[in-house]
Amino acid sequence: MLLDVQNLKASLGRRPVLHGVSFSVMPGEFIGLIGPNGAGKSTLLRALLGLIPAEGAVALGTLDATHASARERAFHMAYVAQEREIAWAVPVEMLVSLGRSPHRPGFSALTAADRAAIERAMRRMEVDGFRERAATELSGGEKARVLIARALAQETPLLLADEPTAGLDPSHQIALMRLFAELAASERSVVASLHDLGLAARWCTRLLLIDGGRIVADGPPAEVLTAQTLRAVYGVEAFFGETTGRLVVQPLDLVAATGVRR
Amino acid sequence: MSDTSRYGLVLGALAAFATILFLLSLTVGPAALGFSDSMAALFSDKAGAIELIMGEIRLPRALLGLMVGATLGLSGAALQGYLRNPLAEPGLIGVSASASLGAVIAIYSGLAAIFPLALPLSALAAAVLAVVVVQALAGLRGSTLTIILAGVAVSSFAGAMTSLALNLSPNPFAALEITFWMLGSLTDRSMTHVWLAMPFMLVGWLMLAALGRALDALTLGNETAASMGIDMRRVQWLAVFGTASAVGAATAVAGAIGFVGLVVPHMLRPLVGSRPSRLLPASALGGACMLLAADILVRIIAPERDLKLGVLTAIVGAPFFLWLVYRTRRKLA
Repeated sequence: MLLDVQNLKASLGRRPVLHGVSFSVMPGEFIGLIGPNGAGKSTLLRALLGLIPAEGAVALGTLDATHASARERAFHMAYVAQEREIAWAVPVEMLVSLGRSPHRPGFSALTAADRAAIERAMRRMEVDGFRERAATELSGGEKARVLIARALAQETPLLLADEPTAGLDPSHQIALMRLFAELAASERSVVASLHDLGLAARWCTRLLLIDGGRIVADGPPAEVLTAQTLRAVYGVEAFFGETTGRLVVQPLDLVAATGVRR
Repeated sequence: MSDTSRYGLVLGALAAFATILFLLSLTVGPAALGFSDSMAALFSDKAGAIELIMGEIRLPRALLGLMVGATLGLSGAALQGYLRNPLAEPGLIGVSASASLGAVIAIYSGLAAIFPLALPLSALAAAVLAVVVVQALAGLRGSTLTIILAGVAVSSFAGAMTSLALNLSPNPFAALEITFWMLGSLTDRSMTHVWLAMPFMLVGWLMLAALGRALDALTLGNETAASMGIDMRRVQWLAVFGTASAVGAATAVAGAIGFVGLVVPHMLRPLVGSRPSRLLPASALGGACMLLAADILVRIIAPERDLKLGVLTAIVGAPFFLWLVYRTRRKLA
């Protein structure tokens, strides 16, 4: 088991956001974290990373994450934040190399293993072609790829990503979902919060549906994404179909507008 | 590899430049001494007039120029990296204003007249007190915005108290002395000032230098840096108390000298590939160069008028900063 979460509770200020969330992640899973705005998806990811105070038990493999240092956690999971924040005009390669930070003690230079990991990550995200360019001058899609390459260079068993597909064009969205699916196929698990139900249905191996700070559904996409749950949680009617053996979900309209009672 | 060798070249050039300016600083002054005479006097055991001028007047002045400049450049680069804000400067977290207030209290109360070291000591104490308040306000999980706001509040309060001291000053001479001290200068400092400031500056430098790796990671924001194993509490502690120790000591012996900590990191950032960890040593050397050059200039421009160093750095620094903003405004937007 890569990650085991038991009864996780977290508050933002005085407002409780997570009311006891429990789930676990096995190697090889690509988990989509779905739910309406304000349901607690980002809070859940940030609580797992220890970025906000939380109650409950979080275990990373054999490591008790609630009492681990930031560096110990960084060996087990990498994180791609929602904001694509790059403060200074540093070269792309240097930015990707930051992913090696937890692996480098003190003031030591990059080792050959570090360089190989950086190179692999850059190739995988196809950013090695502009490694010398200043990261602040890239387009939104390029920035997103560089930041994911940074997280890949950390070479952790678990990757957490907060709305990684936001602001990407369809081809980059699909390329990213393919990459996450490939990572999962190579026994590295991915947990990504997603708003696009179509992408979630098509590419994730498992979905966690969060509403009001609780997990309301957990399972394969076809079990979680049903007409009933979408009406109850999102208040939308959707088209359901199937092509090439995989689920297709397209939200159509608000429940109220179609005149169907919830 | 060319990246690393270019960085080495930049550091080498800055170090050479700082050395030249340091030597120049030793040889410029109202007493017309030859270069070889003055250098020989520096290392001689005789107690003649030249030896006295070199050892007691020019050496402390040049040393303080080097140390204060390095402090301002280093802490400016560290704070800009930590706060991820190109407008950050050492005074932002309230150190300069509160150190000034401490000095003003020493002058105003007459303590400075009785016991000369009361001034720097009181300034240093006030700087430490101010950052303890800032740190307490910001808390352990304080965001960078809280630190900036707390620093602004502390600075404003210290400024108001300084104004009150000027307002209520019993005699115009004390008011004049306070005003002149606040302008910032390296004139008439002794080796005692050097020995007093040095330990605090060294501790501050070490703390700020330890931030290098963390500042690189912070390029991607607080949360991503934390997810890469950076202990943000340690970083905040090092940044705040490192700045307080070094800049507090600098302000205590030289007064408030503006614009060096703001402008120097800006000038050097493109030369080091914008990398925050590399900017630290470069900016320290650059700050030393700038302050030594400015201190030489005040002696050349108006040898009789005692032009204040802080006035010159602001007169040159502000238009230069405007030009930098003009040049980089597209990137800032």
